Amino acid sequence: MIYQDSKTILEVRGLSATVNGIEILKGLDFTIKSGEVHAIMGPNGSGKSTFAKVLAGHTAYEVTAGSVLFEGKNLFELAPEERARAGVFLAFQYPIEIPGVANSQFLRLSYNTVQAQRGKEELDPLEFDDFVREKMKLLEMSPDFLDRSVNEGFSGGEKKRNEILQMALLDPRLAILDETDSGLDIDALRIVSQGVNQLANKDNAIVLVTHYQRLLNYIVPDFVHVMEAGRIIKTGDKDLALELESRGYDWVGAEHQATMATV
Amino acid sequence: MSALTAIRRPPEGHLETLMTGLPQLQTSPLPWINTLRAEAVNRLDVLTLPTRRDEEWRFTNISPLTKLSFAPPLSATHLEAADVAHFYIEEATTRLVFVDGIYAPQLSSAASNSGVVVSNLPMLLAAHAAVIEAHLGRHATFNDNVFAALNTAFLHDAAVIVVPRNMALAAPVHLLFIATQKEVVSTPRCLVVAESGSAVTVIEDYVVLHQPGWQEEAHFTNAVTEITLEDNARVNHIRIQREGSKAFHIANCTVSLGRSSHYQSVSVALGAQISRYNLDVLLAEGAECAIDGLALIAANQLADTHTCIDHAQPHGISRQLHKCIVGGSAHAVFNGKVVVRQGAQRTDSIQSSRNLLLTDKAQVDTKPQLEIVADDVKCAHGATIGQLDSEEVFYLKSRGLSESVARNLLTYAFAAEIIDRISVASLKHQLEQSAFEQTRSES
Repeated sequence: MIYQDSKTILEVRGLSATVNGIEILKGLDFTIKSGEVHAIMGPNGSGKSTFAKVLAGHTAYEVTAGSVLFEGKNLFELAPEERARAGVFLAFQYPIEIPGVANSQFLRLSYNTVQAQRGKEELDPLEFDDFVREKMKLLEMSPDFLDRSVNEGFSGGEKKRNEILQMALLDPRLAILDETDSGLDIDALRIVSQGVNQLANKDNAIVLVTHYQRLLNYIVPDFVHVMEAGRIIKTGDKDLALELESRGYDWVGAEHQATMATV
Repeated sequence: MSALTAIRRPPEGHLETLMTGLPQLQTSPLPWINTLRAEAVNRLDVLTLPTRRDEEWRFTNISPLTKLSFAPPLSATHLEAADVAHFYIEEATTRLVFVDGIYAPQLSSAASNSGVVVSNLPMLLAAHAAVIEAHLGRHATFNDNVFAALNTAFLHDAAVIVVPRNMALAAPVHLLFIATQKEVVSTPRCLVVAESGSAVTVIEDYVVLHQPGWQEEAHFTNAVTEITLEDNARVNHIRIQREGSKAFHIANCTVSLGRSSHYQSVSVALGAQISRYNLDVLLAEGAECAIDGLALIAANQLADTHTCIDHAQPHGISRQLHKCIVGGSAHAVFNGKVVVRQGAQRTDSIQSSRNLLLTDKAQVDTKPQLEIVADDVKCAHGATIGQLDSEEVFYLKSRGLSESVARNLLTYAFAAEIIDRISVASLKHQLEQSAFEQTRSES
């Protein structure tokens, strides 16, 4: 939701990044303020997921130009774990399976690390168990998932719920949801979306990276951006997503070309 | 004059180069014991210490062992229960404790109720000579094994467990071997006989006593274990080697499985400067074994595990997962042989060696070996060597965990797959703690 006098959470200017020497992001500009939900759409290979990974600090991606300010501070001075503790959260498109690490242990370790950073109380295993079970209700997750290894043997939908559970626990300022809707059936999509909606508030900001308009029926964005070839080439409101759904992406590119030609 | 004192001075490479004392044991009232010892002493005269020119010792250089001098303990270190109670395992109601290889009755709680035998060898020779003679020294042969010969030459105290027919022991038996003296060679010996249809869990546990002012010192543990499972017996064998960082630990374990018997073992090597564990398992018809191992080592440790699973008869099943986690400039060795003899049809065997290298200087040599003569068998084996998965590390870091905590957690998880297979809860918990500590100090 757009609020008056809200603070800028993330300000991206002219961001370029390469992976394996290939330039994927080519001068991307993007700003999001607290309370807002933005959707980033665009064809495969346009750089949406790369943008998400760069914000989280994945080492496979090299930033070659531009700046990113997170709550006014240079994001690139922070290691991935420092970004997480500062309140940047990436829900992975493909959450990693970690055999042998109990989900409960992982979630508590993560939660306590972030709590400690914020000068807040850490929870012992019993206290945490009560706390996490409450959060799991939000996502209609069975407590059985606590005893299993992190994401191991989880279905696609279960993995995505586990990601949003982590978001609920870590209470980030900036949440980037990378194709969280992919691989979800209708029920799971509804549950995950409801969870995200309950977590959205006037102090945080949410970026939805998605291919499909259907997610935006459940989580209504304040802005919709279209990415192509490593840049945002069009920004609109939620109706833009509907238009993309019916017309595809080609016309946006053509319109962008025409605009650039007239400049 | 007994054969024990009639030894000529052996040439270079013989055991005397590392031993300052030779066995000076009281003559046993049982002639076969004296014969067994004498045969072993005679073999010591012939056998030489292995070098890296021996195929079975290619990757394990024991020359640091031969540069030191060891003697049998002159006297037993007297320990009170308070000194060692922290080693006790709460589930184990029977326990035999050996200090530098010498039986410590004041620390032990032996059992001989309802026909079960758990006691020290000399106390049993009168009443149980027949069953002991049938098995002791009959499985762990020393004809070409200098360390088994050395152990047998010193044969005196030994942990003996005999579980009578169709009896299942609910509580595990704890065999605790405590090292306390430097430059001492101890020769622990275990004999387990599970009579037909019986079941028992045995914990073989090698520890070092950290006394006040303790400094890590070299000692040499040379252990031999023999386990016999008669038809339909079940033995759950847990072996923990957590000796000091300067210790030398060499062990030979021979397991003989009767028809349709079931042997399960988890061996964990955490300690010692150089350790070598030979496990030989012989399966009769329809027998089944599950053999899992973990070596978790760092600094300049070397841990070598050699196993041989011998499917001698049809319808045997074997499962093996061996893992090594190697940090510092440590070196792990695994040689896992699976033999399927002619006529051992319908054998079903899976073996897997998985290795995690934590540093650039860490080293692992793994050699799974299949020797199949039968033609109707199902056998699979494989080996992997890798480092921590960078995507897993990133995932954990993206949730706020530091690089070192993330690596520690993943390393621990790799070890936990084996530790989780230990059926004794308090021991499992202890090992989880020490694995967690060790992986933490590594990262």
